Amino acid sequence: MSGADVVASLHDVGLSHDGGVHFVLRHVSLTLARGEFVALLGPSGVGKSTLLRVLMGLMHPTEGRVGGSACAAQAGGQATRRSRAMVFQDARLLPWRSVLRNVMFGLEGLHLNRSEKIAHAQEALRLVGLEDAQDRLPRRLSGGQRQRVGVARALTVDPDLLLMDEPFGALDPITRSSLQEELQRIWQQTHKTVLFVTHDIEEALRLATRVVVLAGGPPAGITGEIVLDLPHRHPDSPAFRTYAARLRAMIAGEADPGGEAYWRSAEI
Amino acid sequence: MTFSGPVRLGLGLAGLVLFFGMWEAAVQTGLLPSGMVPAPSSLGPAWLDEVRGGFWQQAILDSLNHYLLGLLIGSVLGAGLGILCGMLGLLDGLLEGVVRLLRPVPGLAWVPFAILWFGLSTAGATFVIAISVFWINFYAAHSAVQGVDPELYELASAFGHGSFVGRLFKIVLPASAPGIMAGLRTGLGQGWMSVVAAELFGVPGIGARMMQASSLLATDVVVVYMLTMAMLYAITDFLFGFVRKWVLRWQP
Repeated sequence: MSGADVVASLHDVGLSHDGGVHFVLRHVSLTLARGEFVALLGPSGVGKSTLLRVLMGLMHPTEGRVGGSACAAQAGGQATRRSRAMVFQDARLLPWRSVLRNVMFGLEGLHLNRSEKIAHAQEALRLVGLEDAQDRLPRRLSGGQRQRVGVARALTVDPDLLLMDEPFGALDPITRSSLQEELQRIWQQTHKTVLFVTHDIEEALRLATRVVVLAGGPPAGITGEIVLDLPHRHPDSPAFRTYAARLRAMIAGEADPGGEAYWRSAEI
Repeated sequence: MTFSGPVRLGLGLAGLVLFFGMWEAAVQTGLLPSGMVPAPSSLGPAWLDEVRGGFWQQAILDSLNHYLLGLLIGSVLGAGLGILCGMLGLLDGLLEGVVRLLRPVPGLAWVPFAILWFGLSTAGATFVIAISVFWINFYAAHSAVQGVDPELYELASAFGHGSFVGRLFKIVLPASAPGIMAGLRTGLGQGWMSVVAAELFGVPGIGARMMQASSLLATDVVVVYMLTMAMLYAITDFLFGFVRKWVLRWQP
């Protein structure tokens, strides 16, 4: 893999909130290649969101190094896009701004004129199917719509790396699965590099090209990863269930049962 | 039990009529000695006398001048410092002791210094009003800013607005606007209350006119100016309501 194709990387990263006495994460190494959709899977509270914030530059690692083209030094005042963007679990819209102005939040400060910013934001809203809601206030939106605005706000800055922190975790199952489908479609249209944090095995398998498991600890570390080869992402397909069994084992800290595990256990 | 708008308005008016009616009756029947309390019926003629002499109009103009200037200065400085202290822990810590020391000093206590520094002038009266408005706005803005959801700062950093100026304009000012507006509104009322104190020492205005009248035992004139002040407060509060509604138009 050539250097330009590494969008983000962590090299032996450790993170401590008390200056190195207790570590939340330790010895974490991870490389994200351009165009990948990586799911970061692990139990709640293990430090997945923390790892995401390190990649976003919101937190600095206590040990190790962050690299990759998207995580390099910020571009100067002439930038027309941002290298990284983030979608939060709670949508985190600004209640005093209309939908359009919320989406424009990340464009403000970039070297674009006002009509370009509006056009970019409207384009992103079209991508998430909310072009008709641009003048509404966040409190007039449903939970799913708010999350779509959060996705549009991240997409509109045209980031190389899209970091998503359990974005559908607080939604009802129906809304959740329709947003998952939509995210798949958007990813196929935009070819963004995505790191998607989730504690839901099924969600990871429905969306990702690769699943990385963060578990154990503290300090937590990466306990395994699987590059997915799923032509049909149907939860009832044998391949899907085999992957799920392997991921469950990785989360529990057991040895990877390998590809045959599901069939062996099913035959007994 | 709550009543709808028009019913509430009607009830309020009925209460006022009842209040003045009972007051008038108490004076007429001698329950309240007329030398101590003016009858409401004597207020109209007293007001007309003040208007004919031009005193009423002049007093309003003078006081309005002190009030608006003092309100502007006190509100801007109070809210401004409150916002800065809410955002900057270092400044907040440094000023903590000073604030505790000065906060309990009432506006009236500053009158000797107002005379000393500004003389019997508009500036002196403005100063006293500004001080009493300052603290209300300082505390309102301070607690409004401290109440801003820290996750919004994280959002600002994630989208390139992590600098002090970015946080101030993109997050802090709009997020704390409801609290700052509440402070401004309280200050609006406090400002009128301190107009009397500010003019106590002879700077012309409503307060000064009240003091003159009271020294002549012209209680009806005193009450005329009390009601004048209530009316001016009601007008400023009503007008500010529109400003508030416009600034917070995103709120339900």
